[in-house]
Amino acid sequence: MVEQHGPNGSEDPLVIAGHKLSSRLIMGTGGSGNLSVLERALAASGTELTTVAMRRADAEGGSGVLDLLRRMDIELLPNTAGCRSAAEAVLTARLAREALGTSWVKLEVHADDRTLLPDPHETLDAAEQLVGDGFTVFAYTNDDPVLALRLEEAGCAAVMPLGSPIGTGLGIRNPHNIELIVARAQVPIILDAGIGTASDAALAMELGCDAVLLSSAVTRAQDPERMAAAMRSAVHAGRLASHAGRIPQRFWAEASSPPR
Amino acid sequence: MISVLVNAEERRIREGTTLERLLTDLGKAHSGIAVAMDGEVVSRADWPSKELSQGARVEILTAVQGG
Repeated sequence: MVEQHGPNGSEDPLVIAGHKLSSRLIMGTGGSGNLSVLERALAASGTELTTVAMRRADAEGGSGVLDLLRRMDIELLPNTAGCRSAAEAVLTARLAREALGTSWVKLEVHADDRTLLPDPHETLDAAEQLVGDGFTVFAYTNDDPVLALRLEEAGCAAVMPLGSPIGTGLGIRNPHNIELIVARAQVPIILDAGIGTASDAALAMELGCDAVLLSSAVTRAQDPERMAAAMRSAVHAGRLASHAGRIPQRFWAEASSPPR
Repeated sequence: MISVLVNAEERRIREGTTLERLLTDLGKAHSGIAVAMDGEVVSRADWPSKELSQGARVEILTAVQGG
């Protein structure tokens, strides 16, 4: 079990829109084919907030997950996955608020099915509408420092740049962009999408992200429970390292033993 | 009788049927769902008074696993 204390040994909560979360790992529910495996992985991750999608009530897979999350006392962050336009995303967010009684939403508007990359124009448009409608918006976005600022200016409570496309497990392809986003942000930055393994999650935190959101990296791992524990440790380690003041990188060696 | 689209499936219902009646008949009037009619959310409080009209498009959504 990883101790969840902060860099100074004190509490180190993630605060989003005035709401405190003690875990900086947000594990989504997507990609798991088995609810009992999902339950063990969620427990091992230590997450206090998880994503769900909104789908037609007659679609398969609709039963059980809400009961599970209520039983585990994990808060819900409904997403707008699958939406292609601002209008669709806004309607989906409103339906999620009605169904689940939360005004928190993970806004995602995908440009196409092959890349699942966020559509920047539709995302910003939807963010403005949802903020105006009283939602607490977590905006899934490309790793674009300019767009990240625009989303913050639109009133998003958290900005969530991708490391690489959803489900690819390619890690963080442009670490410098993530650092640029973090350097100017006044709201929490959550690395969302592309995480493949624990070192990716640790790197996100070392780059200064406030939290990591992932699903498939855990739910599609061969041993989801073990990978969830690994991610939890990685996020904690990365957070500590980001505050520990790493040594500068050097071209040549520098002995750490005294000369003979 | 009128015809409406419920989650993209055509259904014949009696004229004057309310959303509440439709959802009850479909066994879906439980918590954790939300309904849109013709692209607008209909809040639970309005289900009993909302009558369906010919060609209405009803979407019934719930939360499922998703990342």
